[in-house]
Amino acid sequence: MKIITLLKRVPDTEARILINQAGTGINEEGIKFVMNPYDEYGVEEGLLLREKLGEGTTVTVVCMGPEAATEQIRTALAMGADDAVHICDPALDGGGDPFVRAAVLAGAIEAEGFDIVFCGKQAIDDDMGQVQSILAEMLDVPQVNVATGFELADDRSSATILRRIEGGDEKVVTSLPAIVSCDKGLNEPRYASLPGIMKAKKKPLKTLTLADLGFDAAPGESRSEILKWLPLPKGGECRMVEAEEMKDAVAELVRLLREEAKAI
Amino acid sequence: MDFRLTEEERMVQSTAREFARKDLAPVAAEANEEGVFPDAIYAQLGELGFLGMTLPEEYGGVGFGNVSLVLVLEEISRVCASTAVTLSVHNSLTNAAILKWGSEELKRTFLPRLAAGEILGAYALTEPSAGSDVSAVRTSAEKRGDEFILNGTKLFISTGDKAGAIVVFARTDPNDRTRGMTAFIVEPSFEGFSVGKKEDKLGLRASTTVELVFEDCRVPASHVLGETGEGMQIALALLDGGRIGIAAQSLGIAQAALDEAVLFARGREQFGKRIVDFQGTRWKIADMATGLDAARLLVYRAASMRDAGEPVVREASMAKLFASTVANRIAYDALQMHGGVGYTKEYLVERLFRDARVLEIYEGTSEIQRLVISRNVLDEYDRLYPAE
Repeated sequence: MKIITLLKRVPDTEARILINQAGTGINEEGIKFVMNPYDEYGVEEGLLLREKLGEGTTVTVVCMGPEAATEQIRTALAMGADDAVHICDPALDGGGDPFVRAAVLAGAIEAEGFDIVFCGKQAIDDDMGQVQSILAEMLDVPQVNVATGFELADDRSSATILRRIEGGDEKVVTSLPAIVSCDKGLNEPRYASLPGIMKAKKKPLKTLTLADLGFDAAPGESRSEILKWLPLPKGGECRMVEAEEMKDAVAELVRLLREEAKAI
Repeated sequence: MDFRLTEEERMVQSTAREFARKDLAPVAAEANEEGVFPDAIYAQLGELGFLGMTLPEEYGGVGFGNVSLVLVLEEISRVCASTAVTLSVHNSLTNAAILKWGSEELKRTFLPRLAAGEILGAYALTEPSAGSDVSAVRTSAEKRGDEFILNGTKLFISTGDKAGAIVVFARTDPNDRTRGMTAFIVEPSFEGFSVGKKEDKLGLRASTTVELVFEDCRVPASHVLGETGEGMQIALALLDGGRIGIAAQSLGIAQAALDEAVLFARGREQFGKRIVDFQGTRWKIADMATGLDAARLLVYRAASMRDAGEPVVREASMAKLFASTVANRIAYDALQMHGGVGYTKEYLVERLFRDARVLEIYEGTSEIQRLVISRNVLDEYDRLYPAE
């Protein structure tokens, strides 16, 4: 089987994000970048599946991102992926909208061939969560999103996927090839072990430009446009409601919520 | 001059950091409080490659250099300095000793098991009467046929009761102070070997420090490291790496103390404002951060010179002296910034303060480091400006 796992380079979950002066993006200075945590679940699921199937199954990482994303790609290779494709082209600076990103990734994935694609349910930078669905349309395969359980059928022609829903799990069976986006709870991603980091240096990492993928320029036009990035309005002051008796404090709180905050 | 870490070094650092936060931190507090050696952590450290990281692949290692090792030691120490010292002794002393001076047979026997974490390593030089004065070692080793018979006592041996391979220094010639010492690999199963008193320490309470007793302990001649009589040279050569390791451990304690100090000072209010907004606090923070970075540069320099195969006697001692002193200063100031609560076990800084103290003592006291450094400096002047 050919397993593809997608990954995106995103700011660390602990990084303090500040919007740049021009409002065109974030201030990247001093920010640590990591593999999108949801994509880690995808990489781990790919590796688990390969371990289960043994010989003849490979895990290929596909990433679209700036040159610096090689660090996150190497981390996935150090976790155990076999090889990687990095789509890196100055024309893609800024990333494009989900439609453009999906088109680029579709080009690379089609060129590679695949039986299953794992990816995160969303990237924690823009939280759009659209790429996997657009990608599924472009590749004309089924998609199951927000997976918390995955099991391949013995004949490898289908997979059973669990999705966490309010009060229980939903069990979905899909034919393969398919795209599965992964959620927390699916697995516990492994560390990039030190031997893994050493081996990752020698693993094939193919860097492709848009021209390599057969695109003349940016593949298709963005369907959406970000006009401006705005910082969140500053939170209001915290006011403590105090009174001798609890019931008086509650009455005062209710009054404030109704008359001042107009929340109830 | 490039001060940036390579991509690979950053990856090693980030694996160590994640492991320290996710797996080590949850057990570190209790292990230190109860004085328990967290055995399970070493199995995980072995699986991830930390216990053979500087050994070549052919002996089950990973093949990283000293720069990667110090990055790992700092990250581990930042969360648990006890684990860091065990890791440092294992890598910088035991693994390094066997790799450099072990016979092919010893390497094949011990290194893969040390790298996998099946066994841990220890290093036994210090004795009741031989602390800073290494040449005063009295433990004797008498050759009898294919064996050496060891008699004596070793003191303050980190991991001594948990180790499967112990580098032991003993005197094969009582009259020759410099060429009369020999290094051996001792296994705890050897007849005549026993673990004596377990020390109850101020800090590093999740590491173990014991006395080792040799009573007609039979060590096969095949377990000699290097040549008979080469022990002193081996002990001193290993100390360079050991000192860089303790210097890296110092960085971790110092970084953790700075973290604690700043986070506390940001949240604590007195006289109507956060104490971090007082100038007195700001100046402390500036000095702490500057001292820490200066120490880090000395440690990185010593490690990278060692990777390049250059002699690092002076640089390793400078890194160890400065980093251990700075770590104590930072831990002291961090506790001071906490005020009364810093003196209680509720706050991590209390443990950091205790853990820091030994940094200036073991692997050569600060006084010995100054001796080494000054001797090295004076030698250089003697070479450059020979006396008439």
